[in-house]
Amino acid sequence: MNKRHVLDDLKKTAARLPEKTAFSDGTHGLTFAELDAWCDRVGSFLSSEGIVRQPVVVFMQKSPEEVAAFFGVIRGGCYYVPVDEEMPEGRIRLILRQVQSPLVICDEETKERAREIVAAESLSSRVVCFSEFQTQEIFSETLEDIRAAALDTDPVYIVFTSGSTGIPKGVVACHRSVIDYVEQLSEVLGFDENTVFGNQSPLYFDACLKELYPTIIYGATTYLIPRTAFAMPTVLVEYLNTHRINTICWVVSALTMISAFNTFDVVKPKYLHTIAFGSEVFPVRQFNLWKEALPDATFTNLYGPTETSGRCCYYRADRLCAEDEVIPIGRPFLNREIILLKEDNTRALPGEEGEICIRGNAVTFGYYGDAERTAAAFVQNPLHDLYPETIYRTGDIGRFDADGNLCFVSRKDYQIKHMGHRVELGEIEVNVDLLETVKMSACVYDAEKKKIVLTYVGDVTEKELLLTLKGKLPRYMLPNVLRRTEALPLTPNGKIDRKTLLAAYREGKS
Amino acid sequence: MKELLEILEELHPEVAFEEETALVDDGILDSLDIVSLIGEIKRVFDVTVTAGDIIPENFNTVQAMMDLITRLEDED
Repeated sequence: MNKRHVLDDLKKTAARLPEKTAFSDGTHGLTFAELDAWCDRVGSFLSSEGIVRQPVVVFMQKSPEEVAAFFGVIRGGCYYVPVDEEMPEGRIRLILRQVQSPLVICDEETKERAREIVAAESLSSRVVCFSEFQTQEIFSETLEDIRAAALDTDPVYIVFTSGSTGIPKGVVACHRSVIDYVEQLSEVLGFDENTVFGNQSPLYFDACLKELYPTIIYGATTYLIPRTAFAMPTVLVEYLNTHRINTICWVVSALTMISAFNTFDVVKPKYLHTIAFGSEVFPVRQFNLWKEALPDATFTNLYGPTETSGRCCYYRADRLCAEDEVIPIGRPFLNREIILLKEDNTRALPGEEGEICIRGNAVTFGYYGDAERTAAAFVQNPLHDLYPETIYRTGDIGRFDADGNLCFVSRKDYQIKHMGHRVELGEIEVNVDLLETVKMSACVYDAEKKKIVLTYVGDVTEKELLLTLKGKLPRYMLPNVLRRTEALPLTPNGKIDRKTLLAAYREGKS
Repeated sequence: MKELLEILEELHPEVAFEEETALVDDGILDSLDIVSLIGEIKRVFDVTVTAGDIIPENFNTVQAMMDLITRLEDED
């Protein structure tokens, strides 16, 4: 029988491998039996409170318990909304305001902040510490009823991404999409019971689906690597070796952090055989350093937006690359089609450029509580009007190369990829322009130096402005360079002239 | 020391760097910061920091970073 629910395998895996570690932070872990028991407790708590088919915010430190909270929310027939202590307060407030969750699950570290935010927003959400579920009675029959009533089109999670209006967008994904993605990805990357994952992605991104779900399906183990390890390349490689980690799915910047400082001269990963990367272009020189250091490992480029449940295309990078080569996006996983649409909504011919659009059950439901922005990106397939068929327009421009591999060309708008994250430059500008001390601002991206450059007119120093923005924007959205000026250059039409701004920055002029 | 502090303050104006004793272990300096920092150290002091020296002990305090830079300058 086909799977209909993302937790279908957890009970089976817990019965088969009760004592095996499922998730660990390196010093503390949860076995499959413990994980399963926590899920039952959280699920039972939700049902006893009458919380069913609703969003439940999980605001915890990255830990095995946070994963247990996610799965527990699903077992209770609800869907989780991850929020993180790394997020600035302004963003957390916007998310909590949008989802109006009846419950916020926190831990001892985040409790105070969660309570303050709920009070400041006058929300009716209850704030409960995960540890309080320890004594929760388990209502097995109720949980079975909830499971039996669940559909594979019910939501699993809401994950928030950057939005150009300054309000983040909450992508809603269902069981069917997640199950299909995890199956295809596991097949391509060869996950099994012996897989030991080293997780890098924060748990509030869909990137962590790659480790979370295969772990419970196959009875694998995931180490949630502490964020601080990523600042020190040799510490990081030694962490991989200590825990015999053999599989990593990381953003490119985490991989180049290791290769760029000649780390392989000092220490090499000993067990690593499967490396997946994505979210940005892998500089060829760095990729080749990895390939030379680990000639027997497989390297796979992954591509796909949050709106289509995890990643949707892959390319097996199985040889050293030439200096001028760009690693392709590749081909879609089974059960997905990439349609390249030209400006006139017809298919791009081989070699022609077009907007990358995605078709199939990987396409998520859209943005939570936001019909307008959903309708702008999730549209009827323009190639026919015979029946309703929603495709997702990514806003990425691509083309197929001679081998039929999809290649990334550019973006349609002001969205960029910075340190592996999607960033709408407009969202940064909106936050800056809201400040009373700023009259005007514009953001540009220097793709070569990988710097977000903010130029502004106002009565505030660069240092003060940066401090203010730290309370409003996530770390990866903070401008790397702030430039105060007397006036912004304008085009003949009166729009801000971004090309001139970028050129001025590159030439070192103000 | 003054030049190093300027580089650090540019990264985190809100941090009192000279009072901190666990800049890496407490997560004040993350991977992005370390990459920028090593680039700036190369530019300003003309020394190259490589993986063997990128360890918490050399970056947890401003003094430790200064000692590292001095050592690398002497080795040149």
